[in-house]
Amino acid sequence: MMSKLELKEDKIMEVQFVGDDDVLNHILDREGGAKLKKERAQLLVNPKKIIKKPEYDLEEDDQEVLKDQNYVEVLGRDIQESLKNGSAADGGNKVYSFQNRKHSEKMAKLASELANTPRKNVSFGLKNDPEIMINIPQCSKEHSASDKVQLKKSDKSELLSAAPSGLRKRLIGPRSQSDSESEYSASNSEDDDGVAQECEEDTDEVTMSQKSPSQNKAMSAPVCKETPSKKMKRDKTSDLVEEYFEAHSSSKVLTSDRTLQKLKRAKLDQQTLRNLLGKVSPSFSAELKQLNQQYEQLFHKWMLQLRLGFNIVLYGLGSKRDLLERFRTSVLQDSIHVVINGFFPGISVKSILNSVTEEVLDHMGTFRSALDQLDWIVNKFKEDSSLELFLLIHNLDSQMLRGDKSQQIIGQLSSLRNIYLIASIDHLNAPLMWDHAKQSLYNWLWYETTTYSPYTEETSYENSLLVKQSGSLPLSSLIHVLRSLTPNARGIFRLLIKYQLDNQDNPSYIGFSFQDFYQQCREAFLVNSDLTLRAQLTEFRDHKLLRTKKGTDGVEYLLIPVDSGTLREFLEKEEEES
Amino acid sequence: MATSSVSKGCFVFKPNFKKRKISVPVGDYFNKGKNESEDGKLRFETYQLIWQQMKSETEQLQEELNKNLFSSLIEFLQKSCSGFQKNSRDWGCQIKLREIPTAALILGVNVTDHDLTFRSLTEALQNNVTPYVVTLQAKDCPDIKHFLQKLASQLMGCCVDEDSKEGNIQVAQKKTHCSMDSLSSWYMNVTQKTDPKMPRKKRTSSSQWQSPPVVLILKDMESFTTKVLQDFIIISSQHLHEFPLILIFGIATSPIIIHRLLPHAVSSLLCIELFQSLSCKEHLTTVLDKLLLTTQFPFKLSEKVLQILTNIFLYHDFSIQNFIKGLQLSLLEHFYSQPLSVLCCNLPEAKRRINFLSDNQCENIRRLPSFRRYVEKQASEKQVALLTDDRSLKEETQSLLENLHVYHSNYFLVLRCLHQFTSSLPKYPLGRQIRELYCTCLEKNIWDSEEYVSALQLLREYLLPPETQPLHEVVYFSAAHTLREHLNAAPRIALHTALNNPYYYLKNEALKSEEGCIPNVAPDICIAYKLHLECSRLINLVDWSEAFATVVTAAEKMDASSVTSEERNEIIHARFIRAVSELELLGFIKPTKQKTDHVARLTWGGC
Repeated sequence: MMSKLELKEDKIMEVQFVGDDDVLNHILDREGGAKLKKERAQLLVNPKKIIKKPEYDLEEDDQEVLKDQNYVEVLGRDIQESLKNGSAADGGNKVYSFQNRKHSEKMAKLASELANTPRKNVSFGLKNDPEIMINIPQCSKEHSASDKVQLKKSDKSELLSAAPSGLRKRLIGPRSQSDSESEYSASNSEDDDGVAQECEEDTDEVTMSQKSPSQNKAMSAPVCKETPSKKMKRDKTSDLVEEYFEAHSSSKVLTSDRTLQKLKRAKLDQQTLRNLLGKVSPSFSAELKQLNQQYEQLFHKWMLQLRLGFNIVLYGLGSKRDLLERFRTSVLQDSIHVVINGFFPGISVKSILNSVTEEVLDHMGTFRSALDQLDWIVNKFKEDSSLELFLLIHNLDSQMLRGDKSQQIIGQLSSLRNIYLIASIDHLNAPLMWDHAKQSLYNWLWYETTTYSPYTEETSYENSLLVKQSGSLPLSSLIHVLRSLTPNARGIFRLLIKYQLDNQDNPSYIGFSFQDFYQQCREAFLVNSDLTLRAQLTEFRDHKLLRTKKGTDGVEYLLIPVDSGTLREFLEKEEEES
Repeated sequence: MATSSVSKGCFVFKPNFKKRKISVPVGDYFNKGKNESEDGKLRFETYQLIWQQMKSETEQLQEELNKNLFSSLIEFLQKSCSGFQKNSRDWGCQIKLREIPTAALILGVNVTDHDLTFRSLTEALQNNVTPYVVTLQAKDCPDIKHFLQKLASQLMGCCVDEDSKEGNIQVAQKKTHCSMDSLSSWYMNVTQKTDPKMPRKKRTSSSQWQSPPVVLILKDMESFTTKVLQDFIIISSQHLHEFPLILIFGIATSPIIIHRLLPHAVSSLLCIELFQSLSCKEHLTTVLDKLLLTTQFPFKLSEKVLQILTNIFLYHDFSIQNFIKGLQLSLLEHFYSQPLSVLCCNLPEAKRRINFLSDNQCENIRRLPSFRRYVEKQASEKQVALLTDDRSLKEETQSLLENLHVYHSNYFLVLRCLHQFTSSLPKYPLGRQIRELYCTCLEKNIWDSEEYVSALQLLREYLLPPETQPLHEVVYFSAAHTLREHLNAAPRIALHTALNNPYYYLKNEALKSEEGCIPNVAPDICIAYKLHLECSRLINLVDWSEAFATVVTAAEKMDASSVTSEERNEIIHARFIRAVSELELLGFIKPTKQKTDHVARLTWGGC
């Protein structure tokens, strides 16, 4: 029955194997006599020490037990639950539940509500107190007024007018419901009716999709050709599902037609944006500092865990770049490490491998493929166990690195015993990059580091909708290329830039004709024959700094395909340096 | 910043060589950066010792568990090899000669554990059957050319140790063009070359045959493209007489996949035999049995921690490797955060260590909740002695630790008994696996549960929950939330919480708000996020920007307006741009061409 346990202490009991016959005898014996179960048990097991049951209380742990119980239950149903506290737990439900269908005006409404109430929930503040409604704050009045102005200007602005009118209606309308969510949708459906009547171009289908779910049900019934009984059976969930498909199937989405062009400040360039944001005084700096200090205390623990074979991934809202940089400067100073900016648009797994082979391992050879290179690195690190390398990757989930192959290669690197990886992820769906195999390569320990820091560096490369392409990249490549040239070549290029800038306002300018350019270069003692000039131009062309075009007259024209702002900036920089 | 540039994304930092040489020992990080570093060095050493022991125990376990599987596999291989050897003219053998012997190895869905199995399988085969064992993965073989190249390079790598450096050169040459013909001629070469050496070199049993077979393991059969597999099987079956190949398919799902991937014409070229590896649940049971339900290792897990680890296993990945990782993290966290974990070692050593405990550590013992409860129950003189005199405290601690040890010995013994009694009862009232029973017993008094059968009342005093034992904190790791946070994180919920409820992170009273609402002084990104939730699939940037401005202006109203309103508006617009770009980076929205100046929402629902 049981194995024998070695007797170390006389207090430890022993269980012996009892043959079937003995058991049978024992049972028969018991049946014969009036003895109780207890005695049988004593025969089987020989307790030499009775541990008394002390009374204990677990009050301090009670709360945690409850929470954990909760977690376990939920996990069992395979739904993610809270991280720590109740609010996050509620969050779980919200994250994975379906939303109510939204309407275009809701945003404006919510905005004015948020604006009206600096501290508290609007629906609470206004609900039982109609008098407050009269005191519409100044700013929201301005807001609706400006909307009205636009309404007059624009032909297609019926939708837009719905926002302020909806607001007014909602403020005046009855306020019996306690749930703010349902309150909005009720008033919305009223508005939508009005809007639908105004919008004559809109098809029935669109009108329908504007209805609140209850109305919609009634109207859609004949269209869907559903039997009434079936409709009755539909429960709440299927409604939600239907709403999802409704919102995603129809190609028409009701939003206002306003465009940024009508606003005065449409697009800002990167520099202006940065300047403007520099003027914003940071809020909650004390709290943010506290958060950061909390994370900084983990630095040594991270080092310990990295060295013990785990890799660390940081997640949570806010840029983790500064945090990792502080980690780098405070604990990595004496070790070889590579910092990789995943958000850099030119990054690739190849460049990561290159910097490891070329700069860390001082290897000058080339490799046929990334996999060969990886094999080489792996062997190198396996051979020499004294070699240690820390990899810091900002945004491991960036556009350039999130591919399957890249992740596989980085994962394989990180699985080496003497390569330590600490990385950050930001994207909502970042964990989807890793299947089980990759996760086991990475051997992650997750750390939440919510910092609320702005993603300044991370977004600066992006061609965001609202940011003008700044051309910082061409500028730097311009500088890099020209630094490697002879002074004469630089002079030639500067000449071309100046001429192009002089003509930038001329709409019919198609370039500098080769002959004129050669003449000017000769006069400036930059070239002595048109062959040397042509050789120079070829070099520019190779670096994509020059484009040549034959005009209608057969003459060759030279043009620099870089915008004039960048060119001017370049000239300024050049002058500064010289 | 040294790590920002518009022209490159990788920055290598190499400290000069002198500095690098004094690399910090790992143990130093164990003590740094925390207040409580009592006996840090000793604790870290104990951690490493226990972890090494646990690790080698699990590896040994794995080997034992695979033993049966491997031996039957080896038997199969030997049987099929002998088929190659026999030069029989028997018609049946002739037919069989056209069939490639194939072992289909059903390994289960826990792909992360397969690597280890294959590694030890390769080793076992090399020791017992043939030196030529090659493992291929689907990702290395997108087409038949790569397939053969990989096969050739690995195969020729196999014999490098015998042929010294010649092989390497060969590999380099062959890499460019590779065919089954070249493989067979290589094979002929190698087998003939090694033959004369046989008597001189002491060789393993692998060479007991004149021509040892070539074993090709396809790790992830399901991921191979049908074309590659089919082509390879057809080609190699033609060369079988000169290139004795044996295939091993690693299969994670079910054997039906073979027939789904291969048409009848191809699968008829294979002589398939099925092998089933141990189920991962049984594996887990054995691991638990050897690592936790034993007094061999002093370290224990609390009920919650064990629940989390088994739940991750059962509901997420079925991966033993991950379970062990969780165990390692628990061990590390325990030794890292509990100063008294220095006593978490074998009993004689712990008794010895008690004598050297510092005053601080004595105080730590006195602060333990379980010890406080214990003291309260003592007579008043003894209470005074325990609380004031370090020596009597140490003596008492020694006896308490001894009791704890005895408690565990009895506990596991009785637990196994109880499991034996109840595991075969109908409906499994106390669970089918011993780990379920263990969890129940750790959590509460087992006899309080309805399922508990009255006949087993005797076991009562031995299965007390560990919290009843004084000093249980020394050996039990109970910080379940740490484990969950670091192993089974929920980044999406963290994002949602940070955006919806900034007060959770930034403890500023101004940010306190009702459920589902957000104050207008909240960080910009939270406001933009909240507003975007009100939209459906598409969002008009102008509307969004205006709504944002409305909220933000209201929040700033109280500030003394030193700047002009125009400039203020510009700044607000810039803040809006930043918030939108950040939401784009986070993956909530993306630019769209469906409508001018609109962005598309990428999430459905509250997040």
